[in-house]
Amino acid sequence: MPEITLVEAVTLALARAMAEDKEVVLLGEDIGVDGGVFRATDGLLARFGAERVFDTPLAEAMIAGLSVGLAAQGFRPVAEIQFTGFIYPIIDQILNHASRLRTRTRGRLTCPLVVRSPYGGGIRAIEHHSESPEALFAHIPGLRVVIPSSPRRAYGLLLAAIRDPDPVMFLEPTRLYRSAREEVEDTGEPLPLDRAFVLREGGDITFVGWGAMLKETLLAADRLEADGIGAEVIDAATLKPFDTETLFASVQKTGRCVIVHEAALTGGFGGEIAARLAEGALTSLLAPVARVAGWDTVIPGLRVERHYMPGENRILEAARKTLAFA
Amino acid sequence: MATPPSAAEIVARFEIRHGRFLDAKGRALCPLPDFARDPRELVALYRAMVLARSFDAKAIALQRTGRLGTYSSALGQEAVAVGIAGAMRAEDVLLPSFREHGAQLLRGVSLYELFLFWGGDERGSDFKGPREDFPICVPVGTHAPHAAGVALAFKLRHQARVAVCVIGDGATSKGDVAEAFNVAGVWRLPVVYVVNNNGWAISVPRDRQTAAETLAQKAIAAGFEGEQVDGNDVIAVREAMSRALEKARAGGGPSLIEAITYRLGDHTTADDASRYRTDSEVSARWAEDPIARLRSHLLAEGAWSKEEEERLLADSAAAIEEALERYLATPPQGPETMFDFTYEALPKDLLEQRAAALSAPGESRGPPATER
Repeated sequence: MPEITLVEAVTLALARAMAEDKEVVLLGEDIGVDGGVFRATDGLLARFGAERVFDTPLAEAMIAGLSVGLAAQGFRPVAEIQFTGFIYPIIDQILNHASRLRTRTRGRLTCPLVVRSPYGGGIRAIEHHSESPEALFAHIPGLRVVIPSSPRRAYGLLLAAIRDPDPVMFLEPTRLYRSAREEVEDTGEPLPLDRAFVLREGGDITFVGWGAMLKETLLAADRLEADGIGAEVIDAATLKPFDTETLFASVQKTGRCVIVHEAALTGGFGGEIAARLAEGALTSLLAPVARVAGWDTVIPGLRVERHYMPGENRILEAARKTLAFA
Repeated sequence: MATPPSAAEIVARFEIRHGRFLDAKGRALCPLPDFARDPRELVALYRAMVLARSFDAKAIALQRTGRLGTYSSALGQEAVAVGIAGAMRAEDVLLPSFREHGAQLLRGVSLYELFLFWGGDERGSDFKGPREDFPICVPVGTHAPHAAGVALAFKLRHQARVAVCVIGDGATSKGDVAEAFNVAGVWRLPVVYVVNNNGWAISVPRDRQTAAETLAQKAIAAGFEGEQVDGNDVIAVREAMSRALEKARAGGGPSLIEAITYRLGDHTTADDASRYRTDSEVSARWAEDPIARLRSHLLAEGAWSKEEEERLLADSAAAIEEALERYLATPPQGPETMFDFTYEALPKDLLEQRAAALSAPGESRGPPATER
């Protein structure tokens, strides 16, 4: 079996879902003829035709709103927002409509849609192409927020997201699109939308992160291992709902936790995780919970970006401080 | 802009028609369309308008006495809602704004459901009648793209059905609406947009909303037809709707109908329109009352009588009273229902919150569970 990239795994899952269920349709800007700016929908127009894959006019709120209408009629639209920098106009549609149509109508109308979008920094892009808005979406009741960090998880989580009866924000780490490679078998097997993944086991400290940040987190864990320290690395994968159980089980073992995300610190999802630890795992903690995150600044242009993105060294520094706490 | 000095040619032009059949006194200005020559059809529309107005009056009274939440009256605009729904087929889908209860009632939403909705009970949007109709949309104009999506679903399934979306004059200033018009036009979607132009977006009058001469012409920029009708002439609204629906059903794409009417009441029960418009402006507009207009026409045609009028008012009041009693006798849903429709299957953390909500200590302050 050949290795494929994360973005190829996305394409594989989309094709699988479309082949299985004729109600699955794709829409977005440049996703048809062009196959998407990152080629996530490459070849799908040719394979499934213009009644399943739509190049839309350039209007993000409309793409989301149109998806609400399609979903209420029983379709399973998978919309692509080209970059998360352009995702903000859809928040109204997601918050006021997609996430609450089921509640408002007592289940008469539902909204099984997926919004996919490449997200995150470190891709040497121009302004407005590097945002990490996951916490904004994780705050919305009725929504699921899913972030894969490997080709296999992208495949299984995306299949699950498309089959899920409720709206899902599926944020794809742009930085991993082509750098992550893995063998992915096209089995049609989904992954659960409410479980974190333990990527590496260890008994001394717990790292929890998601998306592209796991790359640096795993590197930091390697370096700790060289010093004889066992780091457990958890990929949260689904921020909403968040798998508190897996995290607590790990922290009960290690007593120490460092949360890593590239979104700005204040109001970031790390704060929610820290609060859960304070509420439910305080007695297991041997040290204060640490957060390594983007600064509370606008994500800078590419020449300064490396000072913004949490890297291996910042993660390591936070880990050593946490480990040293007595 | 001054005329350019280049070899300029005119490459596009447009005109907008304003249609009406009855004058303010109910006299026919031209031969009426076929449906309107059948008095039974007109009487059915008349009954629906009277029922809508009776519901309005009752809803305002209930809000004033604390038995209903904030309510948005459609006083004076009944012909728009009734004309729209009167032309639709059952299998079409209505996406209403918040002044279209006259249309909802005609489509089979019950008075009881309307009371539930305006009383703050989500069961009021679980329509037993038109199962695919959208609930009332409160955020202005944000349902316009939903209508395009519903219409796209019909088109993809090769169904001869039409989505009908009603927005207000203020909504035409919004990006959602412009984006929806645009996609409806370029994909020739089977959708009819109706602008229920009542002259006021809360306190902002139509002429402060946009410099465009008409709202109907907003369709032209999106590549489809727009026209105006006298929104206080139910015959004109229904006739224009029928043409637009037929066109959409036949694959001819979207239409925009701007129905010119007037909001005789406040924006909602929380509003005091005397802060921004004069009583004399409002009283002058009563001369165009759509209900009096159709009644005059029916009376002149010998198709209506004083006795029938009295019976209709009594029947409407009785139906509303019956629905009201049922509403007042309906206990609110339990706190678990906050959770139960958030997802099809509740995630674990929400199940925990649900349990916590059910065992939470009761609050002595705050809004009462019911106000009787």
